[in-house]
Amino acid sequence: MRRLLGFYIFSAVVLILPVLFPDNYYVTVVGVTICQNVILAVSLNLLMGYAGQISLGHAAFYGLGAYTSAILTAKYGINPWLAMGAGAAGVGAISYLLSKPILKLKGHYLAMATLGLGIIVHIFLVQADEITGGPDGMSGIPALSIAGFPIDTDLRWYVVFAIFMLFCIWLSLNLVDSRAGRALEAVHGSEIAAQMVGIDTAQVKTHIFVFSTVIASVTGSLFAHQQSFVSPESFSFFFSIELVTMVVLGGLASVFGSVAGAVILSLLPEFLIVFEDFEVLIFGAILMVIMIFQPEGLFVAIRNRVTALLSRAGGEEAAPEA
Amino acid sequence: MSEPFLEIKGLEKSFGGLKAIADLSFSVPEGAIYAIIGPNGAGKTTLFNMLTSIYKPTSGDILFEGRSITGLAPYMLARLGIGRTFQNLQVFMNMTALENVMVGCHMKGNKGILAAALRLPSVLKEERRLRDGALKALEFCGLSGIADRPASSLPYGTLKKLEIARALAAGPRLLLMDEPAAGLNDTETMELAGLITQIRDSGVTILLVEHNMGLVMEISDRVLVLNYGRRLAEGTPRQVQMDPKVIEAYLGGGTD
Repeated sequence: MRRLLGFYIFSAVVLILPVLFPDNYYVTVVGVTICQNVILAVSLNLLMGYAGQISLGHAAFYGLGAYTSAILTAKYGINPWLAMGAGAAGVGAISYLLSKPILKLKGHYLAMATLGLGIIVHIFLVQADEITGGPDGMSGIPALSIAGFPIDTDLRWYVVFAIFMLFCIWLSLNLVDSRAGRALEAVHGSEIAAQMVGIDTAQVKTHIFVFSTVIASVTGSLFAHQQSFVSPESFSFFFSIELVTMVVLGGLASVFGSVAGAVILSLLPEFLIVFEDFEVLIFGAILMVIMIFQPEGLFVAIRNRVTALLSRAGGEEAAPEA
Repeated sequence: MSEPFLEIKGLEKSFGGLKAIADLSFSVPEGAIYAIIGPNGAGKTTLFNMLTSIYKPTSGDILFEGRSITGLAPYMLARLGIGRTFQNLQVFMNMTALENVMVGCHMKGNKGILAAALRLPSVLKEERRLRDGALKALEFCGLSGIADRPASSLPYGTLKKLEIARALAAGPRLLLMDEPAAGLNDTETMELAGLITQIRDSGVTILLVEHNMGLVMEISDRVLVLNYGRRLAEGTPRQVQMDPKVIEAYLGGGTD
């Protein structure tokens, strides 16, 4: 299976790390954040990188999932898995309804609309304090357990997030290499050309929007249980922007590009912490330098260079005849 | 032979006060290569855009096999069996040639996002089928050799053929071609003439908008001449070439 070779290598690394370093802070604590950011970036990339529909509101759906789980389990004592399902179904329904008016918009207008959506959800989480606990957030969210086996240590959470992340990457890799995935890229490339071969572009956009927001919602539910606490600041539009940055940094329309972008953007602040006050400044400078010199994305640029090298090494039979 | 294959009835399109197309009627017989020509600004592109629902006509009707298709969403037109190629290329540059044509096969499959993401066995079967269909369309257009090349690495003339292959992969019965020879050199234009004739012979009706007179007169079965949004003449290439009104419009008499 050459198609998934990269995926298998990546999976092996992700699953071996906790065996080698079960008590390492970067693996079990930062690792959970990384996995989570990877899932969100990969799901956003399906919508943004592949279908070409920018969303500055991805964190809102992540937040809606988290809060649905938090409220249903902490306040009403509902089974966490049911609550997660309810969140996913609710977010799916909301994004389905929103997709009709919103995804008609293009470019800057779509960016504005999704930005507004993110802000509205954030305001709701802050203001509706009787339901959400307001700006202070909500605590007392019960831990998750899988068939009676409690997920109550950092290491166990790492395994749960890692497996869900690998599952989402696998789904994405399958999707982009299929009829449905090519339809996404066709919508991105030329809507009229896509329509003229029978692709219902509005439907394609709706489906991928629902798919990617439902993944975000489930991720949010897991996050709520892992933290046992949620507050609106985790779901602000700044986080949406960060997710967009991850996707762009790694390279649009590349699943592993988003993985790379999310890993780099999650790890960088950890390493820059030694610079104290200058941390944010250096962080910004690094991003700027990368985007100026590798505008197509770090991962994609490196991949293209390696492919070019390999094809040159592969001999003259690959030389273009025209 | 009850109703015409494609029939345009009293079509009109105004932009503000300007009538880009005025009271235009004609019909395209099944199995023909039907060309639309006319000087710049004659309304060819406007007409084309109405045929593919990019513009909505101010009045009039377009009938495909007796059924009104005016204002139908472009993807619905495709599902009825109408395909098109574009004057300014609309090739998907981040895909390979084969993938481009596989997009053309979209209607031959029905597996959605969920099935594809889970890679169900039925998806794999469908992928193989679409791949075979796309390879056939590539072969028909003489592009078998470049199937796995990225579209972005292909020369212009090849991309034009690739777009035709993509349109054919959808299995249209009517193919609208918007200036297929634009930007091609003489050799490529000759190849194109052969390809278009071959497409017609395979049973696809072709509606062609084209500037290259040589090409139009060589391959068309019927020609419609537009001038200022109106029908100036219609007939076989020979009839049209002899028509004094056509000669005047092209060479410019302009005494009135």
